[in-house]
Order: sequence, then structure tokens, then C-alpha cells
Amino acid sequence: MASNGHHQRDDDSADDEDETPTKKQTRSNKDVPGSGCLLRSEADKEAAAADPPAGHTPSPRRASDAMPRLRSDSVKKSRPPFPWFGMDIGGTLVKLVYFEPRDITAEEEQEEVENLKSIRRYLTSNTAYGTTGIRDVHLELRELTLCGRTGNLHFIRFPTHDLPAFLQMGRNKHFSSLHTSLCATGGGAYKFEADFRTMADLQLHKLDELDCLIRGVLYIDAVVSSGPSECYYFENPAEPERCVQRPYALENPYPLLLVNIGSGVSIMAVYSENNYKRVTGTSLGGGTFLGLCCLLTGCSTFEEALQMASQGESTRVDKLVRDIYGGDYERFGLPGWAVASSFGNMMSKEKRESVSKEDLARATLVTITNNIGSITRMCALNENIERVVFVGNFLRVNTLSMKLLAYAMDYWSKGQLKALFLRHEGYFGAVGALLELLHPS
Amino acid sequence: MYLFLRPRPPTRACSLIGPADVRLPGNVSTPSTMAECSQADGGVASRHHTMDKSITLPPDEIFRNLENAKRFAIDIGGSLTKLAYYSTVQHKVAKVRSFDHSAKEAASDKLYEISVQEEVTARLHFIKFENAYIETCLDFIKDHLVNTDTKVIKATGGGAHKFKELLERKLRLKVDKEDEMTCLIKGCNFVLRNIPHEAFVYAKHADSEFRFQTTQPDIFPYLLVNIGSGVSIVKVESEDKFERIGGSSIGGGTFWGLGALLTKTKRFDELLQLASKGQHTNVDMLVKDIYGGSYGSLGLTGDLIASSFGKSATADKEFSKEDMAKSLLHMISNDIGQLACLYAKLHQLSRVYFGGFFIRGHPVTMHTITYSINFFTKGEVQALFLRHEGYLGAIGAFLKGAEEDNPNQYSWGENYAGSSGLMSISPEMNPMQRARSGTFDMLEMDRLERQLVNLHLLQDPSSYIPDTVDLTEDAPAREYWLDCFEEALDGVVKRAVASQPDMAESVERAEKFRHKYRHKLQTLRHQPFAYGSLTVRSLLDTREHCLNEFNFPDPYSKIKQKENDGALKYYRKAVRCLESLEWEQRQFALVRGVLAGNVFDWGAKAVSDVLESDPEFGFEEAKRQLEERPWLVDSYDQWLQRLKGRPHKCALFFVDNSGVDIILGVMPFVRELLARGTEVVLASNSGPALNDVTNGELQILTERIAAMDPVIQAGLRDDRLTLIPSGSSSPCLDLSRLDKVLAMVVRERHTDLVIIEGMGRAIHTNYYATLSCESLKMAVIKNSWLADRLGGKLFSVVFKYEAPAADADVAV
Repeated sequence: MASNGHHQRDDDSADDEDETPTKKQTRSNKDVPGSGCLLRSEADKEAAAADPPAGHTPSPRRASDAMPRLRSDSVKKSRPPFPWFGMDIGGTLVKLVYFEPRDITAEEEQEEVENLKSIRRYLTSNTAYGTTGIRDVHLELRELTLCGRTGNLHFIRFPTHDLPAFLQMGRNKHFSSLHTSLCATGGGAYKFEADFRTMADLQLHKLDELDCLIRGVLYIDAVVSSGPSECYYFENPAEPERCVQRPYALENPYPLLLVNIGSGVSIMAVYSENNYKRVTGTSLGGGTFLGLCCLLTGCSTFEEALQMASQGESTRVDKLVRDIYGGDYERFGLPGWAVASSFGNMMSKEKRESVSKEDLARATLVTITNNIGSITRMCALNENIERVVFVGNFLRVNTLSMKLLAYAMDYWSKGQLKALFLRHEGYFGAVGALLELLHPS
Repeated sequence: MYLFLRPRPPTRACSLIGPADVRLPGNVSTPSTMAECSQADGGVASRHHTMDKSITLPPDEIFRNLENAKRFAIDIGGSLTKLAYYSTVQHKVAKVRSFDHSAKEAASDKLYEISVQEEVTARLHFIKFENAYIETCLDFIKDHLVNTDTKVIKATGGGAHKFKELLERKLRLKVDKEDEMTCLIKGCNFVLRNIPHEAFVYAKHADSEFRFQTTQPDIFPYLLVNIGSGVSIVKVESEDKFERIGGSSIGGGTFWGLGALLTKTKRFDELLQLASKGQHTNVDMLVKDIYGGSYGSLGLTGDLIASSFGKSATADKEFSKEDMAKSLLHMISNDIGQLACLYAKLHQLSRVYFGGFFIRGHPVTMHTITYSINFFTKGEVQALFLRHEGYLGAIGAFLKGAEEDNPNQYSWGENYAGSSGLMSISPEMNPMQRARSGTFDMLEMDRLERQLVNLHLLQDPSSYIPDTVDLTEDAPAREYWLDCFEEALDGVVKRAVASQPDMAESVERAEKFRHKYRHKLQTLRHQPFAYGSLTVRSLLDTREHCLNEFNFPDPYSKIKQKENDGALKYYRKAVRCLESLEWEQRQFALVRGVLAGNVFDWGAKAVSDVLESDPEFGFEEAKRQLEERPWLVDSYDQWLQRLKGRPHKCALFFVDNSGVDIILGVMPFVRELLARGTEVVLASNSGPALNDVTNGELQILTERIAAMDPVIQAGLRDDRLTLIPSGSSSPCLDLSRLDKVLAMVVRERHTDLVIIEGMGRAIHTNYYATLSCESLKMAVIKNSWLADRLGGKLFSVVFKYEAPAADADVAV
């Protein structure tokens, strides 16, 4: 979104000591940061471990954690009923995170209503829903303890234009009978609020998308400690052969520039968990990449567009500095390979006729990515921040853009800026929404 | 080629293809070739050169004065070539010369003789064409380049490298490459310094779309965002100190290239045309498309673009060319605006100029960039555009080439009569769209032989605006004045013909003048901004420039001569009469004399009617016509009070008309000042304008008066009365552009009083000018419409004496 805005989260709700855990705490506990359930949860879990449901083996690692017992009754009371969802309805994609409890007791199993069971089974036994819904299995976080319950966190996405089908499904499965509150963020939470009510009899709990995003980023980064590192960067971004992904420990993350590339782009300066501002944004984002690719190549999906881009050559489309100057423009330190004019070669009829769809897709990707890089770099300079974290679904399976961003940040800042990426790139808003359900701030 | 001077049916342009048919347009200095193209009948059309089926080169308008081109500078960008060439222009000037004293009685009873001489001045011309036509254009240049002795062409821009060999081969000139950015900045500094109303703010929905900025005495520091194929962002700190602090690859080339792919429309201007008709909301994803409304907590309104082209991410929908072009334009303009703001913020600059071919005066582009800048800086930074946006590099390259001529010792001025460029008009376009307000004529620039500078006595040079009424903003006034000038045109033509009774073809030339000036007036009716700010002054100046263009250098020369002769005979009597008066009566009589003299003005329609019908209209008659006190604006009492105090050190007097005005009105007044012990600097026009007295004439007149009047004689002898040309050839006065010598003398003499006389100098201009010393503005309103506006009637008097606040007590 093309705007500046300063946004500061209300601090009053976050003053509770438990609300602002340190990284260390959360890393060692592998639990909800700042959640009031943090300590209580273990008691509950042990209880669950004592009587595991059939086929559900609690993590031995978890079970061995020695935590004080607390009043489990109050935890139960403060804990919302299942199912636990967090939803982020963006301009292009709906992102859904679903917590699947794996510590269901026999008693619970019996009590569990059929609806709930069917939803759980439907979501966890499939990896694709309808024609467009997809569960990103590789992102699943297993054996996560959330609000005293252990289970797996699933990451699901589907196009926003299929939201009616989703609502229809919710209606068919009598979702509303579960009396759960559905926490949703993203613009769609506002736009489709009435549809949720009328089509599925569901009351949305609407949440600010940037609050959710930041909360989600900090949470996921804190809870992931095994498996691939959540945060990573590219080493040797200037040399394609030697450019490799490396884990990055995002300790003492502040201040950081958080760049969320969805349909559009928002850039936030984050000074602490509760203190951040939206610096600016740009309308040239993932939606622009896909929109232009569809128009230029006739493709219809992001994957297709990326696939084409990976096979194309943008230098046939773009006018480079060397195309104009015959080499480097030394006086101003512009290397010959730099793009002087994106799509500049397409001013010529002959060249328009000689490029392939793949070239066009690649040029679109490069144009959008470089532009985000350059606005980000200017924001980083203006805000005096050296660490930049890129998130958002534009980066999903988009190593090309990530490497390009990594390179652009490094090159134009002469090594001053570091581009960081997070594995759960597009889901942080949804995660933030889920956290809000479990622990309203 | 999409560049047409003006749309005309294709049948008009005959198809002369091939170099053999590209003929010389003819010697420009002969009037017969100055035909206006729009008059083209079959015969004229045959002189148009068609370089291929879509380029039409009407010979009199484009590549004007190419035969005498002395210097070339070319700026070859990624897609367009801009050429600046500097030619000598021969034209006629009126000179006055005193008769030999001995031969005087015998020759005639006239004071001085008038002669018309040929003068050669220098003029800078501009033209642009698409790179694809560079060969054709170079061939054309080569074929027409006859009188040049230049051996080099200065070249800049990215393409200078690529086309070097071609340039050398075609033109047989050595290509001297100049750094692109250096040229760009040089050009930018040049136009900011020399061209009034160069920079402007664009506001689509305001009363006046363009708000022109006055020339700033201090132009640094600023940010220049040059949008060519790509974007360069340059921080300029002084004449020679600048730095490219950033840029972007998303620029004009992206609009063009991507636009061509999306819409299958090949031409840049057509793409913009499409964009101006499109609805971007059909293609872009707006905040409200995501939120259903605004994103309240961030203050993002629903209409903001959240994702450019966000709605086109589908295979099964068709989008209109117009909508896609508009969306693309928004995307690129916003992006450039955003980056410009980020750089401006980082470097703490508030003046941001946008240049480069992407802008080209297109309202839709300027609007989107302005919008973007306002949005991103919350109004703290204003987007400024330049009338010469596309030519900065070419001008800079020219200046590099002209360094040996010390270009900085000259000032430059736009010639309102001439433009050598092709209008950017796409052939498919409706001719009426030509009238869109975003188009500026690329006027030629005359090198003025003297340097023009600020009057140091201006209270605040940076906020000084010479013109009292901005006709671009004031529609009723604009209408009135355009009508007024149109109605007066017959008289001017008649006067011009009468001034050259011995020249048979003067009628023909005068008709050409009439046509050209009327055409300008018509253009201004549709595009009030075509030449920068529209003012009474610019209308007057345009008329003078057009007269000069058709070799009517001074249509009033003979009338002035006759009036000067007549008035001079009455001088002694007038002075004697004044001397017989008591001091206080005399002061009043002197003021009334200046005012009555000022009624004699051929420039004012009401008066020229009377003057033409009743040549006996005399000085005494004029006094009787004068309004009785209290005048419309009347601070005579304060003035009289002031005169009772210490004499002024030095008075600068900007004089107006010749004849009765200068001789019987101004001179006695000057005489009194001298007698009081005040030095006087008489500033008169450097060149002719209407019946205003020129410095040349005033020199002769003053000598003659000195022969009769010991006070004037002593003044001249002791150098206490000085005559200096003002640097202007206009009936109006711009105090920020005065001859450097005048400005210097005024400063050296510690001038403490500035007197401005006449409607043109004291009412149309400078009425609200605030000076740091005492000032006296005297004029008789000889236009009933203006009188009405000011709340007076015909022949109402403005007598405005002002003293700066601090001095007021001392003065009284």
C-alpha cells in the first residue's frame, strides 16, 4: 500500500510482565511468547501426557520438561474452545493457520462434537482443498505447545476469490455451531465481514494486519528451534555459484526494517515488540508481478509466472547501462550490467517481436524486485536501520527474488545492509491472528 | 514519425521522398520565406518536405535559421534526440543619429535622423525527434547547413556514444562528447537563472493549472529528478557541484516499453493519450478492494492503490488499453515520486525539479507525479516542473561548446515570436486536443548583449513578481486583454505599414505579422500557459517580438521623432512658466506635468484613438483631462511633505513615452530634482517598444535640452545626470532583469528614490513592488476597463509615494 503511516501498538495491554518475554525465555521454553499461558500450559500438558489419546504420542522432549504445576482449571477457562484458527485475508491470498491438538484425551475425544472432528480430519488428512486450497506441509510446526496444548500448527492458503467457497464449506460443516470466535486480519477481514455473517453465520474478530504481522514474526522466530532455521540469509550474494542460504540467528532483532511483500508492499520500522511504525509502502508488489505477467504472457498462476521467469532472460527486455553507454558509467559508479531502463528495450518494435514470454516474466520479476529493494534501501537509510527482514508470499518459492534482494541490498549499500528472510514468509499475519485468539492483547 | 508541427490533412503534405527532393527552405532573412504554415495553400504545401510518409517538415517553422547555424549541440537520449543550435539572425534595427551640427539647419528641421540598419544577433533554437529518424534529420541538417564554419558538434546523452560515428559521417563535423549529467545540470542552472517562469507547480483542479515560479536569485541547492528512459536523481549544490545520488530503472522507457507490450500501441504520446482516457481502478487493486473501504488505522483511504495491476492477475478477463495505460502511468509516476521524496528527505532538500522526456508537459503525468509527491511528503515538498524539461542536456552541451564565448556574460531571453520545434502531435490525434493546456511552445532564446540582474533595491528579490495581474489565473481579465489586443491589431498593422512608406512589400509583411500575432493570441485563448505566465506584459512583449520578426523594428520611430521635435519647441516656455511659480505650487505643477505628459501614449487604446483623430490634442488639453485631486491613489501630501525635508541622494527614474511626456513632463521634474541637489539616473529602454523613448533618442533629446537649459547642462557636465539603458525593450518593466551597468550605477550612487512612470511600468507591472528605499509610482489610467477595475475612471491618476517603514519617520 502506497502510504506512510506511523503506527504504535497500544502498550497498555502489553505492560503485563508476561507479555514481553525475552528471546531467551521463549527459545528455551519453545512456547508462546508473552502468553499468559506460558507457565500454566505445562501443567496441562503433563496431564495430557499422562493420558495420551490413542495414536497420539506426546513429545518425550516436551514431557521431560520440568515445569511448575499451576491451576489447570483456570487455564481451561481462559483457553478458548477448539478449533483454533488464525486467518489473514489479503488482496490475493487467504492465509489460514490451524492448530491441531495432538494431546486430546479420551475424555475430550468423547466430548468432541462431530463437527469439530470432521473439520480437524478434513484439514489434517488433506494437503489440498478443492482446486485451489493448499496446505504447505513443509512449513508445518510439529509438537508445538500453545496455551497449554500440544499439537501441530498447519499452514493453509487459498486465493481470496475462493473465499465464497470457503464460507460455503464453513456453512456446510456447521462451523458456527462451534461458537468459536474467528480471529481474522488483513483487509478481507473488513471487506468480507458481512459475508462471514450472512453466508456462514460467523462473527469475525477483526484485527489490525500490521499488529498481527509483527506479533506473528516475533512468535514464529521465537518458537522455531529445531529443523531448518526460521531466519536465513544468502552468503556471497554477488556470486551466483557461491551464493548459499545460511541460517541467521535473529537475536536482539531491534531495530529492524520489516518488508512485507504481498499484493502490495508495506515497510515497517520495528523498534520493539510494541513499538513500530509503518514507514511507507509501494503498490508495486507481488500483485503487480502476477498481474503484469498474466497480461504479458497469458499465464494465470504465480507458480506458472515464476516458472517462466526462471527460464527467461531479463537483459533482452531491459535496457542496461552498457546498452546506453557501451560499458560502465564510471563517473557515477554505475556498472554496465545495471538496469538503466526496465523494459527499455521494448520501446523497439523489433525487440518486442524477438523476446519470449519467459524473458518478459523474468524482466517483470526483476523490475518489481529491484524496485522493492531500492525503496527498502532508502527507507533503511532514512530510518538508520541496517537489518532488513523480507516476508510475504511474493517470496514463496521465489529464490530468484530473494537472491536478487540479497544482492541489491548488499551491492548498493556496499555491504552495509543485510537482507534476511523467514521460512514462513506469508503466514505471519495469520499466526498473529491466532495468537490474538489465544491471548487477546 | 509522430512529430508534426500541426495537424493537417495528409493530402496537404506532398510526398517528396528522398534526399533529392529535400530542398532548402530558402533564405530566412528574406521576408518571403517567413510564410506561416497554417496558411499553406497548394503552393506553400509544395515547399514542405516529407521525409517519409509521416514526417512533414514545413521549412519556415522547423530548423529555422539553420543556414546560419554556428554551433550545434545534440543530446541523444534512449529514445529521443534533442538538438540545440545557435544561429546568427540578421534583422533590422532602428537607429537614431544626431544630425551634424553644421549641416543641421540645411538638412531639415528635424532633431535627429532615423536609419534602419542590419543587426546580427544570436539565437538558440531547439528541436527534437525520435532516434529512429536521426539519419533523416542529419541529412536534412547537412543539406541546409550552408554558412557554418563550425567544425564540431557537442554531443551528450547516452546515445552520443552510439551515434558518434553516424554524426561524424553525416555532418562531417567532429563529435565532441560531453558528460551527460554535467550538461543536464548546466542546462538546468541556465534555464532556472535566465528564463522567467521556467519552473512551475502543477495543480490539476486549481483555478490556474500552472503556477509559475519567479526566478530565484539563489537557485541552490535543489534536487533534479531527470526522467528519461530511466531515472537519475541528482543533488545540485552549486554551479559546479553536483552528485548523482540515486536513480531508478523504472522510468519513461518502462512506460513506453511496457506500455507498447500491453497495449500494442507503439508511440509514446499515443500511450499517454490512452492513459488520459483510462480508468486505473479497473486494473489496480485499491485499498478498498481489499478492505471494502479505507484502512482507517493507518489513514489509508480506500482509493489508494494497494497493488498496481493487482486486478489483472487473472487469465480470463480482458482489460482495455486505456485502463492499462493509465494504471501503468500511475504506477511509474507514483514510484518515481516516492523515490524522489525518499532522496529529498535523506538529503534534506525541499526544492525538487522534474525533468526529462517522460514529463513533456503532459498534464496527466505532471498530475500523477504532483499527487505522489504531495502524498509522500504530506505537502512538505512541492513538485516543480520545467518548461524546457526535455532540453536541459542539449542546452548544457551547447553551453559547454560556447564556453569560449563566455556565455555567462550574457543574459538570455525567450523570443515570443519564434519556435523552431515540432509540436508533439500524433497524427491520429484529434486536432482539438492540441489545445490541451499541457503543451508549451519551445521558444527560441535570444542572446541579449548585456547581462541582466536584479535591482538591489528590491525589498525581497525572491518574492518579487513584476506583473500585477496574472492573466492565467484571472479569466475575466484574460478575456478582456486578449480582446483588447486583438482589437488593437488593425491599428498596429496600419501603423507598421505607415512606418515604412518606401517599402512596397511592407503591406505583405504587416499581414504576416498580423497573422502571426493573431495566431499567438488565439493560442493563448486556448492555452493561456503556452509561454509561461500570461500577463499584459507578455502580450505586449509578444507583439514587439512579432513586429521585429517581420522587420518592423520601430513602427513609431517617425511619430516619436515628430513629437519630440514638437515638444522640444515648447520646453523653454514650459520651464519659464514653472519657474514663475511659488515653490509649493511648482511642486504640484511638476507632478501634474508628468501626469499630463503621460496621457500622451500610443500604447493605450483610448488615447491612440484620440491622438489619431485629433493630432492637436495638446499638453494643456491633457492637463484639463486629468482627474482633480483627490486622485484615485493619492499620496501627494506625503510626497510634498517629504520634499520639504532633506534632498534625496540619488533618484532612479524609469521614463515612459517620448514627446511631451519625456520633454515637458519628465525633464522639468528632473531639473527640479537636480536643482534640489539630487543626482538623477534616467533609465530608458534599450530598444524600441511602442512610442516609449529609447536610450538612443533620449541621449539626443537631453543634449538638445542641455543646450537650452543650464541646469540640465550642468547636470550632464558634472555627471549628476546620467542616462543609462534599462536593458529592456518592453513597454513594461521587470526590476529583476535590469542592465548590469544600470544596476551597478544605481548601487554606487546610493540611490534612495526610485520613480516609475506610466501605466506599463507602474500599473501593469510593479504596482505592488516593494522597494527598500522610497519610491514614487505615477501613472494616468488610460484604459477604462482597468480604471473600472481599480475603482476609478478614464484618466484617473495613480500617485503612489511609499517609504520603507524604517525610513518613514526620518522622511517626515
